Amino acid sequence: MPTQQLQDQVIQVRRDILRMVHKVNSGHPGGSLGCAEFLVCLYKEVMKHDTNFKMDGFNEDLFFLSNGHISPVYYSVLARNGYFPVSELSTFRLLNTRLQGHPTTHEGLDGVRIASGSLGQGMSVAIGAALTKKLNGEDTTVYSLHGDGELQEGQIWEAAMYAAGNKVDNYIATVDYNKKQIDGATDDVLPLGDLKAKFEAFGWDVLDVKEGNNIDTILKALTEAKSRTGKGKPVCILLHTEMGNGVDFMMNTHAWHGKAPNDEQLANALAQNPETLGDY
Amino acid sequence: MKKYIDQGKKDTRSGFGAGLAAVGKANENVVALCADLVGSLKMDEFIANNPERFFQMGITEANMMSVAAGMTIGGKIPFTGTFANFSTGRVYDQIRQSIAYSDKNVKICASHAGLTLGEDGATHQILEDIGLMKMLPGMVVINPCDYNQTKAATEAIADYVGPVYLRFGRPKVANFTPVDQKFEIGKAIQLTEGTDVTILATGHLVWEALKAAEALEAKGISAEIINIHTIKPLDKNAILTSVAKTGCVVTAEEHNHLGGLGESVARVLAQNTPTPQEFVATNDTFGESGTPEQLMKKYGLDDTAIINAVEKVITRK
Repeated sequence: MPTQQLQDQVIQVRRDILRMVHKVNSGHPGGSLGCAEFLVCLYKEVMKHDTNFKMDGFNEDLFFLSNGHISPVYYSVLARNGYFPVSELSTFRLLNTRLQGHPTTHEGLDGVRIASGSLGQGMSVAIGAALTKKLNGEDTTVYSLHGDGELQEGQIWEAAMYAAGNKVDNYIATVDYNKKQIDGATDDVLPLGDLKAKFEAFGWDVLDVKEGNNIDTILKALTEAKSRTGKGKPVCILLHTEMGNGVDFMMNTHAWHGKAPNDEQLANALAQNPETLGDY
Repeated sequence: MKKYIDQGKKDTRSGFGAGLAAVGKANENVVALCADLVGSLKMDEFIANNPERFFQMGITEANMMSVAAGMTIGGKIPFTGTFANFSTGRVYDQIRQSIAYSDKNVKICASHAGLTLGEDGATHQILEDIGLMKMLPGMVVINPCDYNQTKAATEAIADYVGPVYLRFGRPKVANFTPVDQKFEIGKAIQLTEGTDVTILATGHLVWEALKAAEALEAKGISAEIINIHTIKPLDKNAILTSVAKTGCVVTAEEHNHLGGLGESVARVLAQNTPTPQEFVATNDTFGESGTPEQLMKKYGLDDTAIINAVEKVITRK
């Protein structure tokens, strides 16, 4: 798909995110907007996946969202890839919805294979799925996405040690490296230090990718990462992103981590992202 | 009264090891994970037979639980192995979100439960695990009583689809259930018929209940003993049928009285037929170092404690 078409997808996903969180006056727009380009590229261009959803995902690439709070972007991308009707995005966070505040398998939403929200578990889950793929003799890849603040959870490093020590090399973990979390800059809350050096010290193959909101950059990084699978090491992409990307007043701040825009702010944000594929 | 004979003392964890080896042979989707306690969990035979299906996780219990959840995606049936404390309290949120809430077919197999772990002391003697696990929606909780039953339970849970907590122990104890007895999840087993009191026992306390029943018989008290190997789902019919006959209940478990079998039974009775009940369980306390026998006596979890509870509950009818 040409870059412009992918960009159109991204803009529509941004509109979905903004409208979803605005309607229920809750949810997490900042991190969602920061990962729109990545998830659009992953689902539209990179992963081999079947929208006729089956939990076991035999002979498919799999994706696990570990930072479940960015569910708006996840739901939008799943819907816009045909996993469920885009009209269902209007039920986000409403009573009896399949689109729970944080993703779950419990309500039978196609595309979701694990609940996430309580942080730090998704890397281990992805490793488990990758181990099963190896047992099943598949030549497929497992992907996961993590918040950078999430890396403060100890379980991440248990998982990182395990994956490298056991050569889980059919696995690409991406870190949404926006350097922000709820209470402020990660450097102020709990510094992450040199993440590249840390993952490398744990035995991973690490790609440090600047301009993590640039479609061509993301596609190149994912292609490179894929080429590094099967070589005895898990692969990590440190994707430098901008929280709130695409909406000027949501960028360069952590303020929109978990806050919805009001009517006026929504109108402003949508005006910056004119409808491309049709709103839900 | 029907008598039971100890076929020779064995540890329930070895029953798990034998059961795991059997399901490893029978079902190629069964995989086993262990957090650096292979010898304690008796997983050696499974590992020897299926090295490619065994995953040594190191001391990463939280990671192990979530990896197990991930392994179910693609059809594997993971059995995790570590001590009961590290199988529950240490990893509660991983089990809650990645396994229970995510409806994953993981079998959490927990050894060294309760006081009978012995000398290692309270850090390792969890007495809260049944409560923690039974509170999770959809979780099945099983606490078999001896080697044979633990082996049978291990085989049964491999065929059940859904998350299961299987609790067993460290010491060698009487092995008295029939070697070929089929294990039905949620179906209690009546061991003796009686008319004066119902004793609902689980795990290591079942043998203590049988010993108590003999002493009670000598005193002219007829005890009906039911082995509640599955705490969730609880066999309400078996309990209510027996209580209709005896009119009083003693529950017996190697667990805190808060959150254990006794409370589950009390709920069933309160809703259906309020009945005098006494609890043989620990009294909201941590354990301590000692031999298993010393600890079970000190904390009131032996045949003497059951006899005392029966004599008390009968007066309350």
